[in-house]
Amino acid sequence: MDFLNAVVALSNFVLIPGIAYGSQLALGALGVTLIYGILRFSNFAHGDTMAFGTMVTILFTWWFQSMGISAGPLPTALLALPFGILATMGLLVGTDRVVFRFYRQQKAKPVVFVMVSLGVMFMMNGLVRFVIGPGDQRFEDGERFIIKARAFKEMTGLDEGLAIKTSQGITVVTAIVVVAVLFWFLNRTRTGKSMRAYSDNEDLALLSGINPERVVMITWLIVAALATIAGTLYGLDKSFKPFTYFQLLLPIFAAAIVGGLGSPLGAIAGGFVIAMSEVMITYAWKKVAGYLLPESLEPDGLVQLLSTDYKFAVSFAILIVVLLFKPTGIFKGKAV
Amino acid sequence: MTERVKHTLLFIGVALLLVLEGTTSALGVFSGSWNSSLTILNMGLISAIMALGVNLQWGFAGLFNVGIMGFTALGGLAVVLTSMPATPGAWDIGGQRILLALVLGATTIGGAILAYQKLAPGRPRMVGMIATLIAGFFIYRMVLDPGVEAVESINPALEGNIGGLGLPVLLAWPIGGILAAGVAWVIGKTALGLRSDYLAIATLGIAEIILSVLKNEDWLSRGVKNVVGLPRPVPYEVDLQNDPGFVASAASWGFDPTTASTLYVKLGYSLLFTVVLLVLLWMAQMALKSPWGRMMRAIRDNEVAANAMGKNVTRRHLQIFILGSAVCGIAGAMMTTLDSQLTPGTYNPLRFTFLIWVMVIVGGSGNNFGSVLGGLLVWFLWIKVEPLGTILIEVLTAGMDPDSALRAHLMESAAHMRLLTMGLILLLVLRFSPRGLIPEK
Repeated sequence: MDFLNAVVALSNFVLIPGIAYGSQLALGALGVTLIYGILRFSNFAHGDTMAFGTMVTILFTWWFQSMGISAGPLPTALLALPFGILATMGLLVGTDRVVFRFYRQQKAKPVVFVMVSLGVMFMMNGLVRFVIGPGDQRFEDGERFIIKARAFKEMTGLDEGLAIKTSQGITVVTAIVVVAVLFWFLNRTRTGKSMRAYSDNEDLALLSGINPERVVMITWLIVAALATIAGTLYGLDKSFKPFTYFQLLLPIFAAAIVGGLGSPLGAIAGGFVIAMSEVMITYAWKKVAGYLLPESLEPDGLVQLLSTDYKFAVSFAILIVVLLFKPTGIFKGKAV
Repeated sequence: MTERVKHTLLFIGVALLLVLEGTTSALGVFSGSWNSSLTILNMGLISAIMALGVNLQWGFAGLFNVGIMGFTALGGLAVVLTSMPATPGAWDIGGQRILLALVLGATTIGGAILAYQKLAPGRPRMVGMIATLIAGFFIYRMVLDPGVEAVESINPALEGNIGGLGLPVLLAWPIGGILAAGVAWVIGKTALGLRSDYLAIATLGIAEIILSVLKNEDWLSRGVKNVVGLPRPVPYEVDLQNDPGFVASAASWGFDPTTASTLYVKLGYSLLFTVVLLVLLWMAQMALKSPWGRMMRAIRDNEVAANAMGKNVTRRHLQIFILGSAVCGIAGAMMTTLDSQLTPGTYNPLRFTFLIWVMVIVGGSGNNFGSVLGGLLVWFLWIKVEPLGTILIEVLTAGMDPDSALRAHLMESAAHMRLLTMGLILLLVLRFSPRGLIPEK
């Protein structure tokens, strides 16, 4: 019984939040890694792209709510999501036309692209704050839980409850669907294959008649969809605040680098590595240890390795270790 | 018009803006107060020093550092640790424990590195390293936690930190530089030599971590409770107002004592900052003209060629990365001295990292005078974009119903025009004038 309680407590506080957060990071890191693979620079504006997409989704959610449209037990935001994606696609393709294309034609160095993305980040950040303000926004509605802690306790007779939030369930399901569609697209369709070819070897791809502008545009469209979905899921799960999204940049980059920049599979693995380590290192293990260890060994303290305020330190430490020992990441990304 | 005349005119233009700020409030943008003008000038001077530091890294060597905020915050911490008086009893009650814990922590990392270097590659090496780290971490926490608790329990409403060494505050400036340099060495060791984006991401991370340490380690910096009342290198306004000699001389200049004392203090800071700026500028100019500076630029322009000429690119990068970060640390210490308080909650990467980048790019990367100009000019704009934005929105919404919700929202959001404008300026300069206002020679 104690063992089961420990497993349930572990799932409730570590595994389920970790998997949900990992899915969100993985979707974010996929966007970063795609841009890196095709356009060959680290896009610092990615966090704010996510914020923009989420903002549009929130605005549509509010509009739908005011008109009385809802998705029943599911959050209304899911209905608004396609509009958020469309708006973000428009924004990213527009940004590429106005800003990035010029430097592509100039064949500017990657670091110049990074700097330009910094300017884009500034503007998107300002835009989001301008429209929706810098404060916290909650836009979750519908059923809050798939399983409530108390219902679970009554059902199983265990001391520990297991709660699964709707947002967590939706996050995982959506992430699986999105990743499946993305990999099907990249591996099976002609356009997807041309994207991979372009990423592997630009010159050969050009020789075989692949239109680079088309590849770039499709990349931005996919990235817009990924960023908006990741941002909305994160917002549903926690809450939306422009500055938090900017700060997500660090774990997302860490995830992409740990997995290997440019490798989609790596981005997903990296997302889960970062999320799980973050949750596990900042979790107070007292409860789980209390169930597992005999009474005499039970710890007095919280058995928390680091306080939750240091969650960035976890992504950073992993990042540094990877840079030191395996700069190309787990899945051998490219190092241009 | 020769280049030199044009550049001098640019500096005169900035000076003119500051004079207008001090004298006129007719245009709605300027405030017409010398106090505000000097406040802008002082922060502008500090920004110029930060821009100089970034220009060393980016302009000389092409290194992309987005952790300026972290190095500035470290400078601020140096002020607390150097100039605050030691909290009575803190050293005996827990300070020694904390120091011991920090030494143990450093030993652990050293031990792990040693294990990595001495043991043969393979499983024993991994196990040895990880075991050292884990064991070290638990010992470190066991030693550290009681010490921290003891220190934080001393009069938590006012102190609760270990205080400092009680040295003169001006000493904190070079110490801030040294602290920043130390952290830069660690980051540079890991991230330099890899591709350029990695340094950017690593610095972005270290800045966040430095900040979370400052916010959470109450025994060190009182966290978000802030350290206030830091010693000042200039006299206090109240003392000046009570000094009959000062009041008399203020009256002879036609000022009332209150205004005169605030202006006097601000001018004192301006003078100190200008001296530091000039010294650093002179050093940077000398470095740029020296064979070392030429080598740096050669490395920046073509790493492969420089490598082939026998230059150790990674070592040189490390060197200049440390130097640039140290300059940012000095500027950070100066800023905290100016505020005479350390408020970890107010550090924000958009303001402390990315704004400095706008300064360097607008001023002209690779040119020290450009950075100084960019620092002063962009800081002025940063302050003034807000009133300008409000005016703009007022004009745009003039035809709208004054009570409409949209108008109210727009007026409220005018403050966020800053980021938008700075982003726009950065993009425009990068696109149409990538060499900046004062280009590299």
